[in-house]
Amino acid sequence: MLQFILRRLFQGVLVVFGVSATVFVVTRLAGDPVSLMLPLSATEAQRIAFAQQIGLDQPIAAQFMRFLGDIVTLDFGNSLWQRRPAIDVVFERLPNTMLLIAAGLGSAVILSIPLGAIAALRPGGLVDRLTMSIGLLGLAMPQFWIGLIAILIFAVQLKWLPTSGMGTVAHIVLPALTLSLTPLARFTMMVRAAMIDELNKQYVKTARAKGLGLPRILRVHTLRNILVPFLSISGWELISTLSGYTVVVETVFAWPGLGLTAVQAIQRGDLFLMQAIVFVIAILIVIIGIVLDILSKAVDPRIELN
Amino acid sequence: MATSSTHVPSAAAASGLRGAIAELWQDKAAAVGLVIILLLILMAVFAPLIAPYDPAAQAITARLKPPVWMARGTWDHLLGTDNLGRDVLSRIIWGARATLTIGAVTCLLAATLGTLVGLWAGFAGGRTDTLLMRIVDIQVSFPGIFLILLVVAMLGPGIWTLVAVLSMTNWMVYARLIRGIVSSTRQTPYVEAAELIGCKPGRVIFRHILPNLVSPLLTLAILEFTNIVLAEAAVSFLGFGVQPPATSWGLDVASGRDYLFIAWWLVTFPGLTIVATVLSINLFANWLRVTADPEERERRFARAEAAKRRRRTRGANA
Repeated sequence: MLQFILRRLFQGVLVVFGVSATVFVVTRLAGDPVSLMLPLSATEAQRIAFAQQIGLDQPIAAQFMRFLGDIVTLDFGNSLWQRRPAIDVVFERLPNTMLLIAAGLGSAVILSIPLGAIAALRPGGLVDRLTMSIGLLGLAMPQFWIGLIAILIFAVQLKWLPTSGMGTVAHIVLPALTLSLTPLARFTMMVRAAMIDELNKQYVKTARAKGLGLPRILRVHTLRNILVPFLSISGWELISTLSGYTVVVETVFAWPGLGLTAVQAIQRGDLFLMQAIVFVIAILIVIIGIVLDILSKAVDPRIELN
Repeated sequence: MATSSTHVPSAAAASGLRGAIAELWQDKAAAVGLVIILLLILMAVFAPLIAPYDPAAQAITARLKPPVWMARGTWDHLLGTDNLGRDVLSRIIWGARATLTIGAVTCLLAATLGTLVGLWAGFAGGRTDTLLMRIVDIQVSFPGIFLILLVVAMLGPGIWTLVAVLSMTNWMVYARLIRGIVSSTRQTPYVEAAELIGCKPGRVIFRHILPNLVSPLLTLAILEFTNIVLAEAAVSFLGFGVQPPATSWGLDVASGRDYLFIAWWLVTFPGLTIVATVLSINLFANWLRVTADPEERERRFARAEAAKRRRRTRGANA
């Protein structure tokens, strides 16, 4: 177990190194950070001074070493926009993103299991076809569009909920709903397919022959068996939500999380803040991956951690 | 059905095509999907002929006109106009070009790169395989859109930056798929036999292994196409993808967002087009996946037969 965690941590270090190399190549070699971060009106002397300050006059290898050192110490420099350490901004906004993801993905997880299970009881039946159609539709809708249509219906027409921002419980309903639809569709389809597979297995027939009722079979046998694939798919969904969907949803609803901050940082040419966000997300993804593997092992002892 | 089966076509190719169409017709949703896909392609190719207006033409006198069926709508602008008086329908038609081109080029680049890496890893095996697949694993854990935004910010937004970035972030699925198939086919007797009689690696790869890859690769590329469409729309919506005066559905939704309260059609129609595109491709790809896989196909046939039998017995009992 310990050996496994160490190996995964090493792999995580490789991931962060890979991200570092990519970011370094993109920001220092392919692009020009000075003209991105300084206003057009900056004088030549200011440009040179700034280039020296961030070490652009050093040899490339020395620059890369310094870059890696900054990442290890989580020192990403000061955010130009907020005028304080970029990492502070990241840690201030991260909980908001976590809250949104917890609400959105949490509701998707809770709803998808009963929905998928009910659909699987009668494959091809009315409930099944309805669930599958809505699921396919859910996978086809871009999240920014779901968000805007939700605002149009629930905020503009019905005036039930606020359009954007953060504050009361009502503020989180629409962004969480928007964030949950795509994962909900994916989870429900997965639960349905896995349940149909399970229900056709011999042990279910045996259990029924013994006289066990369907609810008990579901609870004791089948649901437990689909837990492992469900865990891994929801982990992947968590990772892709963290690394992408939140940007769009937070932008639509002006939700002050990391995604919105990233967009604002880029609009302001705040490279340091953007780098800090990219690395914190990368590190989080690595941690989630490791936790996920350990959880799968805990749920199903047959899994070998290799 | 009965009439079509009496006309037995002489040419094998024609019967194959006709058979495929008949089989597709069994799955109405997939057939409708394919029709919509073909319409979208035609729309993109013939955009200058079909679109009633220049997508960038502004008309101050005809600003924010609602669609034709609304009280203030006119037949001049079927789906209304935006805040600059640009025709929404024309912009959607032209937007198909951007979306489909970006999707197709990206898929092609990503699939080529992924296939090459996958072939190399699967064929070489051993250390090369481990190293290449480790690179794939690492890149899969990259923080998706955040990294895309960073790259676009540094290199400047635009269609070709977007194509490059999306290709570089999407080749890994192909590499994994191809490598899996290659390393399993390598152990089949016919490939071992080919190697034993002295076929060169190139011949083994292209003559014996590649044919196994065509159908899974095609299916994956079609499914990935929808991911690219959604990603392009999202990045363009955020303002870092396709730039004005070029058109894109995601860009149109973004510019309509400021008028959400007074002009719902600006956000609704481009978005609906994205939904229709992705949904059609998914429906068709689903059918294709089953059809291209003999085992899945057999299962589908068995299910259809069972359903028919059930219906018959139920009819007899009633």
